[in-house]
Amino acid sequence: MSRLIANGVRVDDTFAEAFGMRATAIVITADSARWARQAAETMTGFATSVIGCGCEAAIDHELAVGATPDGRPGVRVLLFAVSTAELQKQLQTRVAQCVLTSPGSACYAGLAGEETLKLGNALRYFGDGWQIAKRLGEKRYWRLPVMDGEFVCEATTGLTKNAVGGGNLILMGQETRRTLAAAEAAAKAIRAVPDAIAPFPGGIARSGSKVGSKYKKVPASTNDAYCPTLRGAVESALDPDIAAVLEIVIDGLTPAAVAAAMRAAIAAVVRLGPKRGVARIGAGNYGGKLGPHHFHLKDLLP
Amino acid sequence: MRPLVLALRQRPDQRLDLSPLVPHLLAGKAAAEIERIELQTTKHRVTVGDAFRLRIGDADRLRIEGACDRLDRIGQDMDGGEIRVEGDVGIQAGRGMRGGRLAIEGGAGAWAASGMRGGHVEISGTAGERLGGPLPGETAGMRGGVVVVRGKAGDRAGDRLRRGTIIIEGNAGAHAGSRMIAGTLILCRNCGPMPGYLMSRGTIVLAGDCEELSPTFVDCGTHGLIAMRLMGQFAGQYSKRAASLVSGRLRRLAGDMAVLGKGELFMKDRD
Repeated sequence: MSRLIANGVRVDDTFAEAFGMRATAIVITADSARWARQAAETMTGFATSVIGCGCEAAIDHELAVGATPDGRPGVRVLLFAVSTAELQKQLQTRVAQCVLTSPGSACYAGLAGEETLKLGNALRYFGDGWQIAKRLGEKRYWRLPVMDGEFVCEATTGLTKNAVGGGNLILMGQETRRTLAAAEAAAKAIRAVPDAIAPFPGGIARSGSKVGSKYKKVPASTNDAYCPTLRGAVESALDPDIAAVLEIVIDGLTPAAVAAAMRAAIAAVVRLGPKRGVARIGAGNYGGKLGPHHFHLKDLLP
Repeated sequence: MRPLVLALRQRPDQRLDLSPLVPHLLAGKAAAEIERIELQTTKHRVTVGDAFRLRIGDADRLRIEGACDRLDRIGQDMDGGEIRVEGDVGIQAGRGMRGGRLAIEGGAGAWAASGMRGGHVEISGTAGERLGGPLPGETAGMRGGVVVVRGKAGDRAGDRLRRGTIIIEGNAGAHAGSRMIAGTLILCRNCGPMPGYLMSRGTIVLAGDCEELSPTFVDCGTHGLIAMRLMGQFAGQYSKRAASLVSGRLRRLAGDMAVLGKGELFMKDRD
């Protein structure tokens, strides 16, 4: 594989292969930024991969007091799933269990779209007949009486079928701590890009997977080609100087958002250079035959 | 492009029905065609040409000059565009409106915005009784849109309100929000006796005093609700006074318990 060199970092001439997904967004507000973030983190805590969590979700960005529907601090959360039905199920369950229950919270649409998902329309029955619908202009809200007052929830939120999941970067370093520093820099850069998230813990995955397994019932298993401890035992993708690998997985509401996030992440990693970060950047793909979206690293270099 | 202007020649001898003079019905019509439109409500024929001097212009922006309280049903069923009226209007202005904006720079008669479904009505002066209310035999009144009255409103404002928002910046008469089904009624000053009389659902915000509060409303305590912030922000697009009132902590009364009792009346906490 041919490689490019950027600030001493080897960049593979390869591409990240990504897939179409269904996605939505909501805005969660609370009396303080801390509690808005708490509700969002609880809702997105177990939402790293559609393989085992049903959806991929994370905080897109925090919203200042003047930027939310009710004038309180808030956060915007993005959710991605493989089907509209699964996305609806995950949205409903997670808002019901993690946002409705969070003190002082309220929940609003975070995405406009012709197609919608039920938000308050699905949760209103918790009100046991005491729920109140309130239409203000084009917006419709549900007010559910709860023990600290009322939970206000917009009736619906937008759905997009143009979302992209599975944009990725594989960061290969000579040492664990510096590899993590580079991955943290990449995740931080992605957080600044609107409409894109990195759903794994802190935006970083240490257990990249391949499709399938030697075991029949296991759909995905460790990506042995990138495990440094197996370098001699398997057909490894790693150079002799690589000792640790971390992956950044990116989902975006549009292909452009994924590209922008990958570009920002690559720039952050390249800026660190091999002495403070990683020696090599790669990306995962399936030969280009499965996913319709191909993000070539050479097109995203700073 | 200049607006289409209808200047009233003189106070008409009979009440006139101006419901044909809405943008979507006037679109594409020549001046001669418009002048032949009949407006009479008695057996004596009166056309637009008889009653008004016409200055042709953009039918989507209609201006009625020198209006008086004998001009009924202005803006009835309009679904877009703008009608601006200089002067008072008669009954049922904006009745059944579905969209657009009706601005009345004067007072309006009874049943203004009756059965309205969408759009925006602004009345600079006073509004007659049963603002937004249903006509006899109808089961619901206003079903959408926004009505703002800068002056006073007569009795039973918001009668059988089903959806939408009514803001009254002046005093309101007796039984404001009577028989409300849903929707929002914001009363920026005082109102007559028994606001929310027999309301089943919906929200009334009363900033001032009322002559008599129905005993069938129950006190639910004082709260600072997020929903009121949303209402305040929405109302602020139309009335700064209303926006300033619908904020902070308000006393919530639930009622009318004589019927379903799922309506609410918010008042300033005077304790």
